[in-house]
Amino acid sequence: MDLGTFLWTTFAVFLTMATFSFLYKDNPFYKFAEHLVVGVSAGYFVVILWFNGLIPNLFQRLADGDWYLLWLNSSKPWYIIPAILGIMMWARFSKKYAWLSRWPMALYIGISTGLAIPLTMSNQVNKQLYATMVKIDWAHFFGHGSFNLLDTTSGFSQLIIFVGTIASLIYFFFSKAHKGVFGAVAKFGIWTLMIGFGASFGFTVMARISLFINRMQDVKDWGKVAFNYSGNNQNYSVWFPIVFWLFILFVIAYIIYEIGYYLRSRTNKA
Amino acid sequence: MNIFDKMMRLDRRWIFLFLIIVCVVTYIIPFKVPIHVVPEVRSIYDFIDTLEPGKIVLIAIDYDPNNLAELQPMTFAIVEHCWRRKIKIIFTALSQNGPGMAEQAIRDISDSMKVDKTYNGKFYKGREIKNGIDYTFLGYKPYYGLVILGMGQDFRLPFPTDYYGTPLDSIPMMKGVLNYDQTAGVIDISGGSITDAWINYGQGRFNFPLALGLTGVMTAQYYPYLGSGQIFGIMGGLLGAAEYEKLADNPGRAMGGMRIQLYAHMVIILFIVMGNVGFFMNKRKKKLREKGI
Amino acid sequence: MKRQIPFALVFIFGFFTIFQYFVPHESSEWVYEFLLDWILIIGIFALALGIWSLWRVSIDKINNRRPNWGYSYVTLAGLFLMIIFGFTAKNGDSWGYYFPFVIAVLLVIIMLIQTIKAKGQSKILYIGLALLFLIISILIGYFDKSWSIHFSTSEGLKNTMFQDFFDYILIPILSTMFSLLAFFIASAAYRAFRARNVLATILLVAALIVMLRFNFYLPGAEYFARTSTWLMNVPNLAANRAIVIGIGLGVVATALKVILGIERGYMGKG
Repeated sequence: MDLGTFLWTTFAVFLTMATFSFLYKDNPFYKFAEHLVVGVSAGYFVVILWFNGLIPNLFQRLADGDWYLLWLNSSKPWYIIPAILGIMMWARFSKKYAWLSRWPMALYIGISTGLAIPLTMSNQVNKQLYATMVKIDWAHFFGHGSFNLLDTTSGFSQLIIFVGTIASLIYFFFSKAHKGVFGAVAKFGIWTLMIGFGASFGFTVMARISLFINRMQDVKDWGKVAFNYSGNNQNYSVWFPIVFWLFILFVIAYIIYEIGYYLRSRTNKA
Repeated sequence: MNIFDKMMRLDRRWIFLFLIIVCVVTYIIPFKVPIHVVPEVRSIYDFIDTLEPGKIVLIAIDYDPNNLAELQPMTFAIVEHCWRRKIKIIFTALSQNGPGMAEQAIRDISDSMKVDKTYNGKFYKGREIKNGIDYTFLGYKPYYGLVILGMGQDFRLPFPTDYYGTPLDSIPMMKGVLNYDQTAGVIDISGGSITDAWINYGQGRFNFPLALGLTGVMTAQYYPYLGSGQIFGIMGGLLGAAEYEKLADNPGRAMGGMRIQLYAHMVIILFIVMGNVGFFMNKRKKKLREKGI
Repeated sequence: MKRQIPFALVFIFGFFTIFQYFVPHESSEWVYEFLLDWILIIGIFALALGIWSLWRVSIDKINNRRPNWGYSYVTLAGLFLMIIFGFTAKNGDSWGYYFPFVIAVLLVIIMLIQTIKAKGQSKILYIGLALLFLIISILIGYFDKSWSIHFSTSEGLKNTMFQDFFDYILIPILSTMFSLLAFFIASAAYRAFRARNVLATILLVAALIVMLRFNFYLPGAEYFARTSTWLMNVPNLAANRAIVIGIGLGVVATALKVILGIERGYMGKG
């Protein structure tokens, strides 16, 4: 890693710290990072849309035409139509012509809903229902081989899946009051749903902690590079630890400033 | 306020501080957490591990930097496993910041591929990974549902060129590769609703083998598709990534992160237990008071 | 006409795609492929709308001196820096006068923003300055041969500055912002997870088992892992299957309502 890249990683660590400082309170560093990321991500998207979108899918297909003839003489002149429809989307910003943007919108909505109906019905509803209505394996009701309630393919599990799915669906059916047998089934449904939500929560905790761990790993890697921990960096120079300590000094100085500010505001209040 | 009240109403900044301290301390002390591999991860590993060299797998990098922590380790483990076994990869990136994630992953894994390594007792010689021969990176297009459908007709329909602007016909690896039929399967590593599109519009329409790498938040929601056989595997969150790393004998950030997970989970469980003990003791006290004792 | 044509478009294209799904024919397949292709192009223009509104919001904030207006300059700087980097690439090893060029272009944009707000003589001054910086940037661009501008080929995507901005600014800030959730979920779990009744207890127990599934310190750790696998694959599957089916039916119903013109919210007012 050369010094330039190290300075970049130091800046990345600075931005990480700036964002974490929000845990204490909102501050200028956090605001800087927040506003910067909005701009950079939008700019990135512009470039991607241009080189991955407009150039290959539109301009290169019209490339053999001439612009002053509006590309009508190219070999695929029909690609001008979606371009015009796309430009019509921009009419949204005018109050007078905003209705023009409905045409391309209608085209998109028509096609996407038309696709969604058969495909969602078959994959999200039908196939799930088929999978629910399997023949229960009575021969291995308590597990394959020995008695094992935790066998996920046993008849017992299949029965729970079947009853649980139906009961949960019944719980969502609000047109009939949840009373009597119907109410009892709905109650089993909500129990099943609760297990599902609990399991989801257990996974969510892990997901969130992972994000924090990743940030710690990045900061640690930065520290390792600063002191050439692996020892194989040919571009290593004395500037690496200097930058590292300057950054640490900066962080400490800011923390001292914040503490001073806090103490002053307390004496002022008193 | 008695001690049980205090247990119930702790200021949240104490929780933050305690969590940070525990995470940092466990991070400094190195130890290994044994990983128990679940069948839904093993099936993904087995799928890659039994493919013949030269086959093509489509890996969809559909996540943004927000979810990189959980999903990048999966990408690293799977892609390296594929490349070590000389399996070719088509990358797509259908989320807004996905292309950058895919590029970074390709760059980093290509670097680690240059080194000789031994995985699961098998020696793999380091080699140069070449764009167009070992992989093709198709890049980004808007409206992922329609792109997935379009790729089922012909990859060239939504992607006339790859990410770098090379026409698909002039890429050696893509010769004779028309649509999903010429690929062995799709692995979607995703942090959002693109997964639904892969299931409904991709697997549901074109019937290719599909496996998912998901963030922890989403994992539980996709088990119904596993049960119905629409997908053949799920890797959920960092633990899923760690399980794959263990199977592939390629420990990386996921396995390194699990020991912090272990203690962070214990901290959170401790706080939950504390809140509940406070809650029940208070309830008991109130009952006793009502009875006039 | 303003409402009827979009409605007719949705209806026609919606029914066409459904028809095409069930009765695939060479000619309908041909039209279908065209539609898929065209919608992508329209989509690119539609997504660019978002960038345009970011620009408008930022300019509005600066001109009306809304709270934190100064940070909008950071957003715009990020946006334009990314765009400049994306459309330029160096030809050799040296950057030449690339960075003075970047600064000059940024100054042109800043001066133009100032022009919108300024009145009278200062307006002329800002226009003059903008012109001056424009000339400077054009001159640098013309005479400096160490880098060049690329609009039609994607050299810019390989520009190291473009990649560095993504790797060292976008990634750290975005991932750190989300890692803050680790702390909030810890405090949320502490506050909300109380075994108040049967349902809450089921939720809590399921969550605890899933959270303890990789805790090897526990006696019977293996048992926890297996129970968690069973919970995920059986009751959780049943609960989520009911949800998936419910969502699927909801999607299909809404799509039908859209195609038949019962639901017209997408058209907006007017």
